[in-house]
Amino acid sequence: MNTEEFISLSEEDTIALGAKFAERLNVGDAVALTGDLGSGKTEFIKGICDYFNVEDIVNSPTFTIINQYHGEKNKEEIHIYHLDLYRIKSPAELSEIGFSECLHSDEIIKLIEWAEKAGDFLCKWDYKVNLNLSDDDENLRQIIITTN
Amino acid sequence: MTILAIESSCDETSAAVIENSAVLSNIISSQYFHSKFGGVVPELASRAHLKAISRVVNESLDSCGKTMADIDALAVTSEPGLIGSLIVGSNFAKALSIRYNIPVVPVNHIEGHLFSGNLQEEVPFPFISLVVSGGHTALFYVTSFTSYEIMGLTKDDAAGEAFDKTAKLLGLPYPGGPEIDKLAKSGNPKAYNFPRSMMHSGDYNFSFSGLKTSVRYFIQKEFPDGVPEEKMPDICASVQAAIVDILVHKAITAALEKKVKSIVIAGGVSANSGLRTKMYDESAKHNIRSIAPMMSYCMDNAAMIGYIASMKLKESGTEPFFDLSFKVNSNALRAKKK
Repeated sequence: MNTEEFISLSEEDTIALGAKFAERLNVGDAVALTGDLGSGKTEFIKGICDYFNVEDIVNSPTFTIINQYHGEKNKEEIHIYHLDLYRIKSPAELSEIGFSECLHSDEIIKLIEWAEKAGDFLCKWDYKVNLNLSDDDENLRQIIITTN
Repeated sequence: MTILAIESSCDETSAAVIENSAVLSNIISSQYFHSKFGGVVPELASRAHLKAISRVVNESLDSCGKTMADIDALAVTSEPGLIGSLIVGSNFAKALSIRYNIPVVPVNHIEGHLFSGNLQEEVPFPFISLVVSGGHTALFYVTSFTSYEIMGLTKDDAAGEAFDKTAKLLGLPYPGGPEIDKLAKSGNPKAYNFPRSMMHSGDYNFSFSGLKTSVRYFIQKEFPDGVPEEKMPDICASVQAAIVDILVHKAITAALEKKVKSIVIAGGVSANSGLRTKMYDESAKHNIRSIAPMMSYCMDNAAMIGYIASMKLKESGTEPFFDLSFKVNSNALRAKKK
């Protein structure tokens, strides 16, 4: 496992870091995002989707649990699942939303917010992105990327 | 024409009977189970929809004295929503369609909300419709039952999500929207100043994700040892005002630009009393009528689905809608960035 650390000083920084990070993503990869409310998980995912030229507005799937986007890279179509497990109360609920089927879809890039709520159900991941708020600077974020 | 409508796009299972555009019954599972079993309906579970759907459909027929023999068409929410939930309602409708040889009209959930003002009173076209819920925040210019234009959408969090997540930061129980509303009633909305993002962005889009960060640091700075109970009403009133001000400002600006005389507020957040009052007061200043449907039409319900199906059948004839697919995202209603 390899760990990198980045600092974001603004929303725009976080989006740019997401776009930069997306360069390394392959079809089928699963990215587990963790971090408190307002730490910028959705912004980071916006950056990833920008990189893949997703034209849909990328917004929080907290209520819908999953958004599907279509983008492209080198003229190849890329399918992205944007999941948000914020409302999941126990990992058992994951089986009811087809989480495991989703995680094992090899044709699709999976971006999972609140991935810690999946517990042991998150049996397969390629990258973990942890966003940390700062205690005293409202705009500062520490972003730690772990490669599996 | 009598329509049996089914809605199961998110957490609520609902069935309704609509006859000539009038609502004969509108059964919603959370209320149903709450009153009959005194328990809480598990969220997120398509299994819960499965358990509920037969009973809810039967109850919708029984409560208005109808049987399947009286039903001319089915209506069902086909998009957008949770895939597992959509499948339950859609397949149930398909099965009934085959069994009774009647057509199914697929209905977009947001379209259902759009016209929900009409369920209780006639709203003359054109009008502005603000759809605000846990999953959606969108502003529409509506010219008929089959034509409308998206004027703006949220770029990040939905308004209902903003309520629930700030409530969580304040330590209030889920769902936080109604909690904030309750506490806000005795608070001063001007006590604290929270940001109103994109208030003057010159378009009709919304952004609520910055509010979370702002509330978080506000609590950390002002009340590092926890928010004292006596401060909660003022904080809740101020948070609510930040959300409501943007919604009202954009809806009224849109109404003035399009020169319409009515604004409909729909979706779960339209139950918020702060939003209702402010929209009513501000609209009145411009001689615009604001219409907020009653609670059972604000939340996810099948009556709104049946109603729009009946209007579509009226406007475009009884097309056989036997082909039915379902989608998680609604492409037709998702704005493109470019």
